[in-house]
Amino acid sequence: MDGTSGNERMMNDRTVIETRSLTKTFGRIEAVRGIDLSIERGEIFGLLGPNGAGKTTTIGMLCTVIRPTSGRGIIAGFDIAASPTQVRRNVGIVFQDPTLDTILTGRENLELHARLYGIGADVRGSWIDEMLALVDLKDRADDLTRTYSGGMRRRLELARGLLHRPAVLFLDEPTLGLDPQTRARVWEYIRKTVQQENITVVLTTHYMEEAQQMCGRVGIMDHGKIIALDTPQNMIDSLGGDIVAIRAASPPLESIRSLPGVSSVQMTDGLMEVTMKSAHLHLAALLGLIPDVHSVEMRKPTLNDVFMKLTGRDIREDGAARGESWVETAARYQQRGR
Amino acid sequence: MNPSRLLRRELMGIAAVWWREFKVFWREKSRIISSIVQPLIWLFLFGSGIGASFSVNHVHYRDYIYPGILTMSVIFGSVFFGLYIVWDRKLDVLKAVLVAPVARISIFFGKVLGGCTDVLLQVMILFAFSFLFPAVDPRGIPPALLLLLVTSVALVSLGLALGSLMESLEGFQVISAFLVFPLFFLSGALFPLDDRLPYWLTGLVKINPLSYTVDGVRGALLGMNHYPFAMNLGILTLFAAVMLIIGSILFSRMK
Repeated sequence: MDGTSGNERMMNDRTVIETRSLTKTFGRIEAVRGIDLSIERGEIFGLLGPNGAGKTTTIGMLCTVIRPTSGRGIIAGFDIAASPTQVRRNVGIVFQDPTLDTILTGRENLELHARLYGIGADVRGSWIDEMLALVDLKDRADDLTRTYSGGMRRRLELARGLLHRPAVLFLDEPTLGLDPQTRARVWEYIRKTVQQENITVVLTTHYMEEAQQMCGRVGIMDHGKIIALDTPQNMIDSLGGDIVAIRAASPPLESIRSLPGVSSVQMTDGLMEVTMKSAHLHLAALLGLIPDVHSVEMRKPTLNDVFMKLTGRDIREDGAARGESWVETAARYQQRGR
Repeated sequence: MNPSRLLRRELMGIAAVWWREFKVFWREKSRIISSIVQPLIWLFLFGSGIGASFSVNHVHYRDYIYPGILTMSVIFGSVFFGLYIVWDRKLDVLKAVLVAPVARISIFFGKVLGGCTDVLLQVMILFAFSFLFPAVDPRGIPPALLLLLVTSVALVSLGLALGSLMESLEGFQVISAFLVFPLFFLSGALFPLDDRLPYWLTGLVKINPLSYTVDGVRGALLGMNHYPFAMNLGILTLFAAVMLIIGSILFSRMK
């Protein structure tokens, strides 16, 4: 089974992940609906989207944990359906939920992983030390992982994912459930390891700001499809400038639209959002048109604005941020669970 | 990759899981101690109590049930070891192992080896107490150990098979009440299999594979067996083979 398709050539020598119409259906639910991706060596690629968009299923298929319903995927030259063992050897995974063995120490967790991945006894010890040093866990290596903090556990999982020197590292929501400071530190470690190990990273997150900072390219997923794929900067530029949010009683929409540099004007609940190029230079002209301005706010657009424009929804799933009641939130959680 | 290299990788995977189970076993000292103390309580409190007014063919009842209590340790230790994967799955501990480039069946075999090692170590500690039972012949320990090992292979596989099917920990009580206890009581661990037994009980005891463990171990240690050693070993080997097959299939299909 392993040797048959081991020498498939890829279209491009730098391509490390390639998928063609990758699809997964669970019963009648189409979780992933035909994904075409091509990711090059050394990229940090972000897969963004709300929960239930199909990110985790996509990663599951690429890691050979979930069998695709149809379509193809090739990782590091191996077909995910025909040579899953070879694919597994070439990928590292950090799961969304913690998967450390808490009865074992940090070092023992890595030791177990090394043995499972067939790393010979001659290099095992030195590779483990190297990884522990990389994530700054050397002094805690011989403590049981049940005594680790959330951030330390994530770091150890990162070290574990990298231990067998994979070509691709998958990070599924690597900072979910961590406090902002720890999140920032975990990203720091991810960035450092990517530079040192020169590997490809595919990550999912719904923290848009983090994706914007970390990723070379992002793919935005919704309803099982990739609906946009570009660099974060290009995506933001495609919105057509800065956003000026103005609260006013009766803004003259038509004359605002005809101002130079304005690409869109939207009214929602008395809040007008004007998207315009170089807003800092044209703000006076804009405000001169509106007689009764209550408040003005100007900001640079973010990936979240891109996502909202593409899907009409905010990516943040958290009920409080959307201003919905806990009953609605609970109802949505229940739906998602099915 | 050539076959011998592939095989070596799988063997390394089996050894990895085995190594993990052994580490965990050794770390949880309280579990080892309770697994030793419980059978000793049976032997000394229950065995001595009943033994005061009851003996079997002039053998003290406490000595008479020694083979049965060894078997009991193996039954409980093995089945619950296997069922423990429900917990591993709940904590996602198994998730990282199941994505490794190792065949599912190798992980299954690693688990079986791990479970058997734990159980046999417990049994050996119980054998260390055998000098307290005058009727027990220490020369019978090696063949008894062989029978208990084969039994443990079968029951760890059974536990893993059930654990693969179970979604939650609630099934533990059900399996304990409807499977583990009946298997133990119907093995003849606590009473002789003679013509005074009601016929329905005799029938149930005879179809329970573990009766052949008790009979074989009793034969080896006390010389009180109904069936020849080879027959007992043969039946248990068949039982273990069937359970290994069923267990490996269910474990491979586990989500």
